[in-house]
Parts: sequence; structure tokens; C-alpha cells
Amino acid sequence: MYTEQVMDHFMNPRNVGEIEDASGVGTVGNAKCGDIMKIFIKVEDNVIVDVKFKTFGCGAAIATSSRATEMVMGKTIDEALQITNKMVTESLGGLPAVKLHCSVLAEEALHAAIADYKAKQEAGEV
Amino acid sequence: MMRIYMDNAATTRVTEPVFEAMKPYYMDIFGNPSSVHSFGREARKAVEEARRQVARALGCESREIYFTGCGTESDNWAIRGAVLNNKNGRKKIVTTTIEHHAVLHTVEQLEKEGYTAVYVNVDEDGIVKMDEMKKAIDENTALVTVMAANNEIGTIQPIEEIARLAHEAGALFHTDAVQAIGSVKIDVKAMEIDMLSLSGHKFHAPKGVGALYIRNGLRIQPFVRGGAQERAQRAGTENLASIVGLGKAIELANADIDGHNKKLTEMRDHMISEILARIPETRLNGHPEKRLPGNVNVSIRYIEGESLLLSLDLKGIAASSGSACTSGSLDPSHVLLAIGLPHEIAHGSLRLSLSEENTMDEVDHVIGELVAIVERLRAMSPLYNG
Repeated sequence: MYTEQVMDHFMNPRNVGEIEDASGVGTVGNAKCGDIMKIFIKVEDNVIVDVKFKTFGCGAAIATSSRATEMVMGKTIDEALQITNKMVTESLGGLPAVKLHCSVLAEEALHAAIADYKAKQEAGEV
Repeated sequence: MMRIYMDNAATTRVTEPVFEAMKPYYMDIFGNPSSVHSFGREARKAVEEARRQVARALGCESREIYFTGCGTESDNWAIRGAVLNNKNGRKKIVTTTIEHHAVLHTVEQLEKEGYTAVYVNVDEDGIVKMDEMKKAIDENTALVTVMAANNEIGTIQPIEEIARLAHEAGALFHTDAVQAIGSVKIDVKAMEIDMLSLSGHKFHAPKGVGALYIRNGLRIQPFVRGGAQERAQRAGTENLASIVGLGKAIELANADIDGHNKKLTEMRDHMISEILARIPETRLNGHPEKRLPGNVNVSIRYIEGESLLLSLDLKGIAASSGSACTSGSLDPSHVLLAIGLPHEIAHGSLRLSLSEENTMDEVDHVIGELVAIVERLRAMSPLYNG
């Protein structure tokens, strides 16, 4: 049901963990629905220099979180904002139709982390 | 890699003696049991022998057993057939919140057709609330349908008592015994059951064959219409080899039900106590004792069921879960919600269902793998601060 790439990211997720002094943190989803994704970004000179994630969810949720962190690493904030859930799932060789909603969370979590970073920046915190 | 099958509540393996019993009925004895010639007569003989085997297992007469295509068909037929044939104008069906979808969706459809239904709640252990059941059954109740044992959490229901309540109110009693057969001793006469559904593949017979017991004297409306098979109550040429397999399998299952249950209960209880002891923040779902001897159902906090199943599968272990991601809907299992689990805990449920073909070594191996998998998934979970 899942592609090899999805299973690879599920079994060997990249960038699992937390960043203590993160520039931005985004949490989306809720436990009631069975999916929570939390993404931490570290930004220097407008570039994402580190990214970590933690996910409570199914195989598709874990794999798309992992892949999304890989795709934004080293990108500028503007470049990172261009990354869509469609790009994430396509790079994983696709997902079963019933699982597509899981991939939306990765994009949303990333956008939430960037919004958090921008808010902190405006407040002069980072 | 060692492959371990612990999803016997989903389906079981056809065992050698059952398969051997079936083999002649594909190429050698293949006649249509309704035919008058010798080919037909030898097939008929096999169908009637299987009927006797089922009747012996349930404590009834052969003519009270009707073969069907599966447990779901038996449930559909019993419920629909009984209320549609009900001559006293009663319009109410009483059931429970934890029935299989074969029952729930049939009752829901009858509600759309003008019947009313009451879904009696269960307590936190998954046992039907008898005070609610008493209140629900009244003089307008046509049918009470309650499962003998639950497929997800394994709880065994007090069906004898519920049958009595139904009869006191002049209602019929049906039980979905699909999970119970082979593990729970059922005597349909002593327990005063009017109709009982069973399914072959849950006790080592093949898929695609079931049966419905209908008490002698009770007429219900046919569900599958056509020819005069099964005393003109269930049309369609008999699934000869599978019926033979079902007969053999139920006979074997009932031959040593106590020995079989003792072995399963030991494995089950060892598994439950080890999981609860070695994995923090887990809970057992369903009653600790009033449960099927092969059923283990636990909720493991902070992780989600599908990722657990995938991880077990990669280790060759087959299990199941009540999480939304495995049900194809956005809600976790209705049974886990009915026992009062919050959604996030229901999503992290795991069912391991044993058969007598499993061994204690397999049980220990699965526990070891499970401990490691839970650690890995929890380390990834934003909800866990371990």
C-alpha cells in the first residue's frame, strides 16, 4: 500500500527530534484525529540551517514529516514557502488516496513554524 | 524472517484435517446436492453430514441449521427476516453499541424503513449494561440482537440472561456468535436462543461459508431468494466443499474446547501482563476475565495504531488496530469509543488475537518486538515526554 520511499522514511526518519533554541515552532493536527505534527526550524540569515520534527500519527504522517524536513533544509524562507504537500508526496512516489490528508499536515506544520519565526522576528525575539 | 500470525479474529488458517476433509469435494464428489442422480446424492450426503456436525456443536437438530455465504449474510438474514415476518406489529429492535457492522448497518437500514432501534450501552469493560437492557426491552420490541462475544475487545456478553428478558417481553432473540464459536460453549436450547449466526473462517474452516441457526417453529422471511435449497429458506447452490470444511472445523473446535481454551488463556494472560508490565502507560481494553481466551486488546498511549501495525508487519508480525487510519474513516473504532476511550487513546489500540496454532515462544517474541517498536515510535511522538 505504501511505496518504498514512504517505507524508507517511515523506518529511517530523517531529522527526528527537537531544537531547543528554535527560531520557529509549528504544531498542527490534534490527537483526536490521530495526527499531530510538530516542526522546529533554526533560521540564520533568512536560511533554514536546521530543522527537526516529531510526529504522532500513521506511517504516511511520519514519512511526509520526515521528507518535508529534508526538502526545506538549507532553503531560504521564501523557497521553503514554495514547498507544497503535493511536492512532498510526489517525491515519495505518491500516497494512497485515503492517506493524502496526512500529507497536508507536513505543509501546514512547516508554514506554522515559518509564521512563528516571522512573528518572533517582528517582535524582535530572533 | 520469522512470520507470526496473531490476527485470528480477522481470519484463521484452514487446518490440515479440515482441508483434507474438503479435498474430495472439488474433483471427485462434485455433484449438485439438489440433483437426483448419484453424483447429486453423494454431495447431498456430505452437506447433511456437515449439518449434523454443526447441530451437534450447538445442541440443536439438523433441520434448524441453514448454510449461508458468510457470517454477515447470517446476521442480515436473521435480523431483517425476523422483523419483516413479525406478525404482531412490533416495530422496535434492541441491540448494543458494540455490535459488528453486519448487525449495526442492518439495524440502521431498518430504522430508515420505519422501525425504531435502541442501542444499549456497555460499561467501561465492554459488558452490556443490564439495567439499560431491561428498560429497553418492552412490549413493542420485535427483536433483541446481542453478540455473544465482541470481535475487537473480546468481551463475552450475558446472552442467556438477555434471551430470557427478550422472551419475557415476547420478543425474539438473535445472537451474532461469529467470534464466540470454538471458544465459548453455546447450547442454543439451554440458552433459549432463537437465532444464531456463525462464520466458518473464524474457526479454521474456509472463507465464504457461514450458517444460521433458526429455532424450529420460527419462520423468518428468506433473504436470498431463488431455488428451493436449504428447505426453501436460503436459495443458491450449496458451497459443497466449504460446507464440508465448516462441519469438520466446528466438530474439531468443540472436541476439546476446554483444553483449547486453557492453552489460549495462558498465552493471553501472559501476553497481557507482560505488555502492561513492560510498556508504561498502556491499558487493557475489555474485561480482564469475561473475554475470549485468545483476545488481547491494549491501548498504548502517545502512538498511533497504523504506525504500530506497519512496524510489527516489518518484523513479520500480523496484528490489527482500531485506529482511524486502519478503518478507512476518520474515527477510531466504535467499540473503543463505546467503552469510553478518548479518541487519542483509541487511535493507539492494538489487537493481538491468538489461535491454538500460536505458541508461547511466539508470544514472547512478539512482546519483545513490541517493546522495542513502542520505544522507537514514542521517541518520535510530540505527545511523549519519556
